[in-house]
Amino acid sequence: STLTPFAEVEDTLKRIQGINGVIGTIVVNAEGIPIKTTLDNSTTVQYAGLLHQLTMKARSTVRDIDPQNDLTFLRIRSKKHEIMVSTDKEYLLIVIQNPAE
Amino acid sequence: MSVPHKVGSVKSKQVSSFVMQDEEEGLDTAEGEEWMQGKTLVKPPDQLDLTEAELNEEITRVLKASNPNAPQNVVRYSFKEGCYKPIVFVDQMAIHFELEGNLVHKDSDEGRRLMAKQAEVDDGGGDERPDNVSIKAGKREQKLTNQFNFNERASQTLNNAPRDISCQTEPPPRANFSATANQWEIYDFYVEELQRRVKSKEKHEGQFLNKEEDKSKKKMIQAETQNDDIYQLAKVVKIIERMVNQNIFDDVAQDFMYFEDASDEFRGEKGTLLPLWTFQYDKAKSLSVTALCWNHKYNDLFAVGLGSHEFTQQGGGMLLFYTLKNPSYPEFIFNTASGVMCLDIHEHLSYLVAVGLYDGCVAVYNLKKKTDQPIYNSRASSGKHTSAVMQVKWQKDDLDSNHNFISVSADGRVVSWTLVKHELVFTDIIKLPVIDTIPDDLKDVIPTVGTSLDFHKQKDYSFLVGTEHGKIHKGSKYYSSKFLEKYDAHFMNVTRVRWNPFHPDVFISCGWDWMVKIWDQTMKSPVFTFELKTSVTDVAWAPYSSTVFAAVTTDGKVHVFDLNINKYEALCQQKVVSKKTKLFNIEFNPVHPIIIVGDDRGHVTSLKLSPNLRKKPKEKKGQDLPKGPEVEIAKMEQLLSSLR
Repeated sequence: STLTPFAEVEDTLKRIQGINGVIGTIVVNAEGIPIKTTLDNSTTVQYAGLLHQLTMKARSTVRDIDPQNDLTFLRIRSKKHEIMVSTDKEYLLIVIQNPAE
Repeated sequence: MSVPHKVGSVKSKQVSSFVMQDEEEGLDTAEGEEWMQGKTLVKPPDQLDLTEAELNEEITRVLKASNPNAPQNVVRYSFKEGCYKPIVFVDQMAIHFELEGNLVHKDSDEGRRLMAKQAEVDDGGGDERPDNVSIKAGKREQKLTNQFNFNERASQTLNNAPRDISCQTEPPPRANFSATANQWEIYDFYVEELQRRVKSKEKHEGQFLNKEEDKSKKKMIQAETQNDDIYQLAKVVKIIERMVNQNIFDDVAQDFMYFEDASDEFRGEKGTLLPLWTFQYDKAKSLSVTALCWNHKYNDLFAVGLGSHEFTQQGGGMLLFYTLKNPSYPEFIFNTASGVMCLDIHEHLSYLVAVGLYDGCVAVYNLKKKTDQPIYNSRASSGKHTSAVMQVKWQKDDLDSNHNFISVSADGRVVSWTLVKHELVFTDIIKLPVIDTIPDDLKDVIPTVGTSLDFHKQKDYSFLVGTEHGKIHKGSKYYSSKFLEKYDAHFMNVTRVRWNPFHPDVFISCGWDWMVKIWDQTMKSPVFTFELKTSVTDVAWAPYSSTVFAAVTTDGKVHVFDLNINKYEALCQQKVVSKKTKLFNIEFNPVHPIIIVGDDRGHVTSLKLSPNLRKKPKEKKGQDLPKGPEVEIAKMEQLLSSLR
């Protein structure tokens, strides 16, 4: 609360990236183009593209049922990782974590 | 056509024997004469058979000048007389043959012309160009200009070479547009439209402020476009951080919600404390926790005040806010100039936090504002405490609806602060009485250090103050000169005094003399006394039961008592921190069965109370157990009465 919003977000992102077990974080804009990432290029592009589509679909589903509602986040747990996607009107934040240490 | 024939009016009776024909058939007669030399009489078949007499008849033939074919009865309308009149004189000329000749008199115009043309031609050569004919008509008078001398005049214009000129315009820019029409897209649009309309209404109303707004808007817009990329992520990032933490501390979160220690059944009365999350902040390593407070509105948010208890080790201080949802990093961080000694969160307006500092200042922070600075600070104002502020407590809004709080400090004063606009206005409530051992002449100089303050839950004018000398004074806001009651509580510093949340007469106190004492305010001596083997730094009542309380000591142990179950012993005495760490504060969560304890390393540990520690009185079969404060009061009353 003492920092500008910009710095605050940067700070929080760094903290998340620094947590043990977090494999990578990706920030994607409204068109599905990744703007910030900690993973390599090909993986980033793949994740961004696929998860963007999935999130759009999920959001569409939620809003079709009730237009006043909106998607907050999406969690996909797989055998190896957990992929967490948190959404906003314009941005998508993807975090891939290995939950069980 | 008729062959001119000499026909004379000759009476002739000449009937040649060779010509047996009438002069009516003159032609045949003549011709017959020549080639018919026969003597035979030939009669044409259609000859009229006439008798001799008729043959001898004389027929007169007359020559007239009149044309037998000319009409004799031509009638013309005469306009003069208004009737038809016959025309007497009719043209009698009959034309038998007409032939136009091509002879021209040589003296006539045409003749002369033609003769001139003729002369030109004869001159030889002459121009081939037919268009000169008319020009040189004078020379060529001999040339014929008849209708059949046909002149065709043609002229060829200059044909311009054909050229293809085409124009290609630049095609209008094209863009592909695609969109989906969902119910929610429509909804979004309507919401935006509504907002736009509201804004435009506001604009119309506040038009005179436009200039200022524009300037500020411009600045805003600039700043936003820089930060726009990432700024919007703030909320999103926060959620993700919590999610990640939830994953990491998944087992802890599960324990917090669902775990109930089953082995409590076998332990008889005793209970345990299950450690949950530990909250720590790097930059607070050198500081010790001095105050804890839960937020009433958001039950997972709590405030931690960091400073130092030691006189010699004073530095800066911090005010941190943690939430159980994110154990790894504080939600709010405030740095203070000197160590925080106490804090209190307003009961209703949970964004207002009052803190008391070691240097005697009190400050009020507004969590809604994004600044590092408190909104009110008594630094510069008069009436500030001259010594460390030991306890602050919010009060109900005063008659002018200003917020106010009361503080007690080591300088012996109990002061009420009111938030008026931008200032803190102080009012002295009372001064702690000086103890007898101090000689008279120093009474004004050496104050009685007040260490703890608590206001009654129901009668909020009544309060208790604990002092460094071990006394507890009961006072009232309406009496500023004297205290109502004095209790000789402890031999040493009273670290905490608290009213029971349910029973109106009961309060608890603890001190450095290893004692925890429970009092009935009507009685001079304590109702219950417990000795815990080291100095007790804090004690707190449980919000769910009037007979449960917990205390922390400097040896790192938490002691939980339930008077209803065991009047003499603690139900749980558990060491919760590593060795040589002192515990300073304890607070119960108003809703969840957890407690937080603060230690001198700056860490806050959360612990879950096992079921045994949260017991409600047993239900008798068939009887509905009444819930609520009355039960608790009754419980306490029962206990007290047994001891009186």
